[in-house]
Amino acid sequence: MERAKKGDWVQIRQTVLSPGERAPQVPEDTRKVPLLLWVKGFACADAATGEQVEIETVTGRRTKGELFAVNPRYIHDFGDFVPELLQMDMQLKKLLEEAGRDD
Amino acid sequence: MTKLDMSYAAVMGRRNEIMKQAVGIDYSAFESGGIAFDYERMMREAGYTLEEIREIQSSTGVGDTPILELKNLTALARKYAPKGKGARIFIKDEAANPSGSFKARRAANAVYHAKRHGYKGVIAATSGNYGAAVASQAAMRGLKCIIVQECYDSSMTGQPEILEKLRACEAYGAEVVQLSVGPELFYTFLVLLEETGYFNASLYTPFGIAGVETLGYELVEQFRARTGRAPDKVLITHAGGGNVTGTARGVLKAGATDTEIVGASVDLSGLHMASDHDFNRKSFTTGHTGFGIPFATWPDRADVPRNAARPLRYLDRYVLVKQGEVFYITEALAVLEGLERGPAGNTSLTAAFTVAQGMDQDQTIVVQETEYTGAGKHPMPQLSFARSNGIELLFGNPDDEKPGTNIIFPKDPSFIKVRDFDLDKARHSYIRNCVTNNKLESVSPADLKFLAEDTKSSEDYVRGVLRELGTEVK
Repeated sequence: MERAKKGDWVQIRQTVLSPGERAPQVPEDTRKVPLLLWVKGFACADAATGEQVEIETVTGRRTKGELFAVNPRYIHDFGDFVPELLQMDMQLKKLLEEAGRDD
Repeated sequence: MTKLDMSYAAVMGRRNEIMKQAVGIDYSAFESGGIAFDYERMMREAGYTLEEIREIQSSTGVGDTPILELKNLTALARKYAPKGKGARIFIKDEAANPSGSFKARRAANAVYHAKRHGYKGVIAATSGNYGAAVASQAAMRGLKCIIVQECYDSSMTGQPEILEKLRACEAYGAEVVQLSVGPELFYTFLVLLEETGYFNASLYTPFGIAGVETLGYELVEQFRARTGRAPDKVLITHAGGGNVTGTARGVLKAGATDTEIVGASVDLSGLHMASDHDFNRKSFTTGHTGFGIPFATWPDRADVPRNAARPLRYLDRYVLVKQGEVFYITEALAVLEGLERGPAGNTSLTAAFTVAQGMDQDQTIVVQETEYTGAGKHPMPQLSFARSNGIELLFGNPDDEKPGTNIIFPKDPSFIKVRDFDLDKARHSYIRNCVTNNKLESVSPADLKFLAEDTKSSEDYVRGVLRELGTEVK
């Protein structure tokens, strides 16, 4: 469990709509799950993961939700190496050599 | 002050009122009471002139992006073309804009307009490059910015491309509100607009669309200076319709009336856009048929009462390509031309590779955009994410690709194709939607004229469709 101190940069989670409140046009699988919201800001009080906490966002908005993460990191990257891409690259270079570069 | 009812139904019920405040346009001024509305007057009175927009954009370093000739890709296309065929392929490097995509053009106008009208901040609902564009422009003009994005499925697994957009928006100082899958994002969007009083920097206002006109205009101007004439075809990645509409209007304003306007989307048929399960099984988050077809056949589904993006008004041809083909061409752009861009923005480039093979060698195609690439937003993370979601990656015939199940890379470039989407089918659906969504028994002569213009057809054509629908003109 993580703990946030007042003033820490945190991410909170809110449930916007519970499964029973979803819009009628959403497909079956989506209707079974809640509509969730995540937003980041500075904690207005000390809190532990899962506890309700108020935050102030970078635009100065105040909103409440359950503490989800402290100093959340960006998790995206370049993924695992995909050898198929290299296979395309090698093929393309060979085909262009055959076609004759236009230099 | 009485406390506002914040329930879903109550907020949705206030949508028109909230939007009027947040966009500052009284759309009723352009209505004539039926299907028809005065589109050109809306664009004129609510938008800006081309000269004004160029001024606004140049003041924040937007536009004037270079056109590059893709000689090696052209040589490769000619290898697969009949003798004497294979048009010259050019690309407008829109990644050179401040936020890395053509969306800076759309955002520049919207943010300028918001500032001029005294709004303290801007909000946009977007999971795409537009978010970074609005955030960048807001940073330049000193406005606050909130971006609302659909990002995760219910297990909080995020699409890598959208996670990168989150990072970019935060890098430009914006607040990002992230949601799990579902069209009810619109509810949260309305709540935020009401709470903050910020400007709705919608993708679909006249300002936003007019912002893209400079792209088409500039393209023709640059191309004429370089080759002495306008391009034969302009290829445009089509999603919500703004890229097609704005570019085509700019091309026409530059007087290039013979230039063919070709839209291209990635074929994602079979995947439901609001499905929690399907959400992370698509490897493109924009430029695909999940936006392209619904927005062409019912543009007024947007977050403003009248959408300024009306693709059927401008499209001469609409073609589909497969996910595997776009990844292949993205690699070609990098290793043959030395340009690492995309991938989503390379949808129209993929189409150009095939379309060029049916044109004479002295003809020209301009692909009108590129976009920045980076962690998350690149073939490698997109494909390894697909693989981790159980999607099979194969080489073969992309015609056999089944979105959500596999991605089929062309065995060699001869397997790259375009599939024509029948525009008559789209026109037919649009006309039917206009009649049913407006709950009309008959349409007026003014509606008839509007429908002919809005589908780039004729009154006779529209009469024919209406007859099939059993709807009279009176």
